[in-house]
Amino acid sequence: MVRRLIMDREQEGGHPDVGGLVPPGMERRSLHMPAVAEPELLRHYIALSQANFGTDSGPYPLGSCTMKHNPKYADRLAASPKVTRMHPYMEDARTQGCLELMSRMEASLCSISGMDAVSLHPAAGAHGEYASMLMVRAYHRSRNEERDEVIVPDSAHGTNPASARMAGFKLVEIPSGDDGRVDIGALESALSERSAAFMLTNPNTLGLFEKDVRELASMVHDRGALLYYDGANLNAVMGRTSPGAMGFDIVHFNLHKTFATPHGGGGPGSGPVGVRSFLEPFLPVPRVVEEDGWRTLDWSRPQSIGKVGSALGNFAVVLRAYAYILRQGGDGLKDASARAVLNANYLKRRIEDHYEVPFSDPRKHEFVASALALKKEKGVRALDVAKRMIDHGVHPPTIYFPSLVEEALMIEPTEDETKESLDRVADVMSAIAEEDPETVKAAPLEGAVGRVDESKAAKEAVLSFRRLRALRDV
Amino acid sequence: MDREEMMELIGIEFEEDLFKDVPAEVRCHLPLPPGMSERGTIAAVERILERNRHMGEEPSFLGAGCYDHYVPAAVDHIVSRSEFYTSYTPYQPEISQGMLQALFEYQSHICELTAMDAANCSLYDGATALGEAARMCARLNDGGVFLAPRAMSREKLSVLRNYLIGSGVDIGLYGWDEDGGLDIDDLGPRLREGLCGVYAEFPNMFGVIDARADLLRPLTDAPLVLGVNPLSLALCKPPGEMGADIVVGDGQCLGAHPNFGGPGLGIFACRQEHVRKMPGRVIGLTEDSRGQQAFCMTMQTREQHIRRGRATSNICTNVALLAVGAAVHMSLLGRDGLVSLARENAERARRLMDLLSELDNVVSPFFDNHHFNEFLAEMPVRPEKLNRVLAKRGFQGGLPMGPHVPELGDCMLLTSTEMHDDAAQDAFVEALREVL
Ligand SMILES: Cc1ncc(COP(=O)(O)O)c(C=O)c1O
Repeated sequence: MVRRLIMDREQEGGHPDVGGLVPPGMERRSLHMPAVAEPELLRHYIALSQANFGTDSGPYPLGSCTMKHNPKYADRLAASPKVTRMHPYMEDARTQGCLELMSRMEASLCSISGMDAVSLHPAAGAHGEYASMLMVRAYHRSRNEERDEVIVPDSAHGTNPASARMAGFKLVEIPSGDDGRVDIGALESALSERSAAFMLTNPNTLGLFEKDVRELASMVHDRGALLYYDGANLNAVMGRTSPGAMGFDIVHFNLHKTFATPHGGGGPGSGPVGVRSFLEPFLPVPRVVEEDGWRTLDWSRPQSIGKVGSALGNFAVVLRAYAYILRQGGDGLKDASARAVLNANYLKRRIEDHYEVPFSDPRKHEFVASALALKKEKGVRALDVAKRMIDHGVHPPTIYFPSLVEEALMIEPTEDETKESLDRVADVMSAIAEEDPETVKAAPLEGAVGRVDESKAAKEAVLSFRRLRALRDV
Repeated sequence: MDREEMMELIGIEFEEDLFKDVPAEVRCHLPLPPGMSERGTIAAVERILERNRHMGEEPSFLGAGCYDHYVPAAVDHIVSRSEFYTSYTPYQPEISQGMLQALFEYQSHICELTAMDAANCSLYDGATALGEAARMCARLNDGGVFLAPRAMSREKLSVLRNYLIGSGVDIGLYGWDEDGGLDIDDLGPRLREGLCGVYAEFPNMFGVIDARADLLRPLTDAPLVLGVNPLSLALCKPPGEMGADIVVGDGQCLGAHPNFGGPGLGIFACRQEHVRKMPGRVIGLTEDSRGQQAFCMTMQTREQHIRRGRATSNICTNVALLAVGAAVHMSLLGRDGLVSLARENAERARRLMDLLSELDNVVSPFFDNHHFNEFLAEMPVRPEKLNRVLAKRGFQGGLPMGPHVPELGDCMLLTSTEMHDDAAQDAFVEALREVL
């Protein structure tokens, strides 16, 4: 079903007079905007929402994204004017609630990660990575060391190399070993007096725990480099281990993954960073500081990297995550990790008869299956499997990442799926593997939308109605 | 019990067996208190928030990039639809057409407002959008210097520096003239050579709708980046007609709450010829296998999940939900609604500056020019001190300029929006009259 664009209901007529309010010659002459009354507007956007799928709609095992349930109490809290109508430049006397919540959240994240200090400023995981790479740079400079290389495994998320490059580092990518983990020999030869940091996530993107992480940490530290933890996969290990216990120096968290804040169709998220005490001077300014229960913002941090975003972070997201942590408590978080790992291993076992899952057990919160056999036997690719899952009301997994598994289907069920729901996902995936390949390759077939032509979109690059109108007029 | 059945299938006896690959040397406990009931959680967080005093309790005259506007209930309603807010980046277009179309509508509205061909579907906030724009200039052009106004918040300038750190580009700062617009005598000669890009704001940090931003295009071949308040564009000549290559700004004023500054909405638009150099997610128009209109994320080969270290940006998660809110907001207001809201915001600022000009020892506005939302007023006492005095009378004053532009340390940036009625403005001016 095609839904008209709201712009197709454009308002006719000349532009209202705006004279006097702007400098002469700088007035606007026309503006194309829709003219719709609220009832019509609501129907339009409600129809669009109904053409979308969230975790409240059904299973969403999108690997690496931790699509947990987003608890509703968090949204209720975030709707308070004590949150929505707070301004970042207010006097401290008005913002004691915000500042207290921020410092409590920083302390909670320290407990969870084993780090000594946390900054809530970064707006998402990649932003946290970037802030961290700036700190790595500032740290080495403060010691008059010229280190310009950052090492990442080939299984790293794309944001890791992208963030390191943006901060001016050269990349050294190391291949994974035969067991899917860091190849210690490759790391050894990559490390040098030029190494600034090694970026790692543990469990890694294959869902495998890097058992030798302490050894990796000493190798990195012995060469004077820092060890960076991509916290996207923290949901696997809470209460069992922590980045601090594993020997990491810097970590980022994804509050929109591990701490259950809504993904918003792509964002907003929040990507706090945690560091060991020797790196605290480099954290973004201002820092929340406390004296006798009174909190202020401290800008006088000469070694700080400065700012990475306009404000003090995505407070509305931080608040939701803080509520989630309170509600879960230490035991609840530990149990969430255990259930996430159990669910992943169960689902893996349930689909293994139909899909190869390279590398050995156990997995942590996710695993990467391969559709390679299906492709060889019947020409059905991971993409086709994904599209056919849509017909069964299951959101597809992440596909074609990490690249070291061919025809990858990266599956992360999270702790919130029940056995019944996991069984359904498994049954759907198994049925697809047995199905007539032509059906699968033509999917989706059941819904309102057929397979979308992505190459046409890329070729034509029509990114706005304005552009479309210009093309129509030609 | 499901849990036991599941453990049996995977062949383990105890839950701990799931973690047998986590060696003893890295084991630790989680030193957090036990969990709480939902009711207890709400009460505990509310107790903390109780210590806040928000802008509805006492009037505030703060802005500088984050504005207290009325958010129509319909906007909050749509962004609370859980099919939208519990979804993620629309990697699979067939199951995400709703989000994709809403984001395409957002991009379309931004292109209309700015008169540009293409927009992405959001960056984190206005400051990072500027940082990304400067980095994009470095991709478009070889020059070694990016020119930007010295009249910027310390936050924005710091973000800009941090985003350019890895690019080898230096930042050059230019000044302002006595009317608060950009200093063309300072800037003009520097526009000729060796530039990576030029950035100007319209309106600028002083709230000045700076007509001189329109003079820049003929003076330089370097990419021109204009920073805007999107709401003001309902009144003003759009940047596309001023020759901008890239337009950035913060769209929080389009239907999002201040939320203590975050999340913001980073707006990013550019000309068609540059689209393949853009940062961030973009939604394109296409068709499905049945020939129906459809949308999908496009030009993904620019992005980190494909291009990795050579991506145009590292951004992954953005602020899509705020973009949806902005689309709903603009659609709901329509042209006339946007124009009258913008007009009201310009008029609010004008009324407040006129009232203040009647106070003997206040220079208001400090710059004689057209303003949007905000303006500088010079005070006879340090603004930091004045704010403490005003607080006792139940007002949050404006932003002291000292930390941002030290030589204007006696000035306060005062902001007014449609949230202030005449009575609120009058009471504020009365309080100032008494304390000054
Ligand atoms: C392993 C990993 N690292 C980093 C990121 C980046 O996080 P964000 O999207 O919040 O920027 C992701 C997000 O998908 C991820 O899966």
